[in-house]
Amino acid sequence: MSDTQDEGRGIPKVKRFMLVNRKAPYGTIYALEALEVVLIAAAFDQDVSLVFVDDGVYQIRKGQQTKDIGQKNFSPTYRALGDYDIEKLYVERESLEARGLAADDLLVPVQVLGAVELGALMDEQDVVFSF
Amino acid sequence: MKFGILVNEGPYQHQASDSAYQFAVAALAKGHEIYRVFFYNDGVNNANKLTEPPQDDRNVTRQWSTLAAQHDIDLVVCVAASLRRGIKAEILAPGFHISGLGQLIEAGIEADRVLVFGD
Amino acid sequence: MAVLHTTNKSPMQTRDLESCLRLSRPGSGILLMEDAVYGALKETAAGTMLSKTTKDKRIYVLGPDLAARGFTPEEVVPGVEVVDYGGFVDLAVKYHHVQAWV
Repeated sequence: MSDTQDEGRGIPKVKRFMLVNRKAPYGTIYALEALEVVLIAAAFDQDVSLVFVDDGVYQIRKGQQTKDIGQKNFSPTYRALGDYDIEKLYVERESLEARGLAADDLLVPVQVLGAVELGALMDEQDVVFSF
Repeated sequence: MKFGILVNEGPYQHQASDSAYQFAVAALAKGHEIYRVFFYNDGVNNANKLTEPPQDDRNVTRQWSTLAAQHDIDLVVCVAASLRRGIKAEILAPGFHISGLGQLIEAGIEADRVLVFGD
Repeated sequence: MAVLHTTNKSPMQTRDLESCLRLSRPGSGILLMEDAVYGALKETAAGTMLSKTTKDKRIYVLGPDLAARGFTPEEVVPGVEVVDYGGFVDLAVKYHHVQAWV
């Protein structure tokens, strides 16, 4: 919910922003550019959550070594999100299980939610950016 | 109602920019406002005035420029995504300007709805 | 808060529509646009799946994308509503927010 009652009183509006990541890293640029959006949203003091669904869960798989494909390994950035007060990281249980992964395989602490719970959370947002 | 639009794909390769444009035209026709169109990822290529599609094809860049002129729409191209792809101020079509991702977040805050057009 | 979900890929090519159906809640609207319009056609597995969904979610298909690809509204499964871009705008207004399954 947006704090519209604060409009006109000089208090910044806070909206619920959700970034939904559904694509694997490196094959396309979306994961990297989504990460940049998250950092800026947090800099605007918005209520930001980051969601990993489908192949998006591979973005936070441990052990990424990109040297031999000639790309920068940006996965350490996910571990730094806490420094920017981005603490709402959610992963869909069904997506993890379909890929034989568990929370232990991920490089950052996340909340694992089933599709029903995650769907409910998606409904509560104001702005959803999908990458 | 105020709409924000995010375009994540370049012109011609993908329908995203066309769909976003058609949505914007329809929204304006219904009396809504387009608060901002933000071009990100390969979407920044929509701003390149050097593009020359064949004469019997639509000119995606020119369509956006014309719409922006007619309705005073803010067409913002992400600076970091632009630098990666060689989209510089000197090749921007009319109506487009380069700015930061903060403009996307601001559109999210100020617009009533944000729509994402991507791959 | 009902949400309008949009999907733009053929469900015979990607699993975007499947994920959208799994994560969208009852009361949601789902708009099939661009290549996703193939998912609304009769005689396809996706069309059959969607016709079962229309009880708790409203399914829409973008008419201009359907026509561009050589299909008519008569070829869309029953219960799916064909809208034009103006209808798309109205849906974006009617629902609380729009989530793209790109």
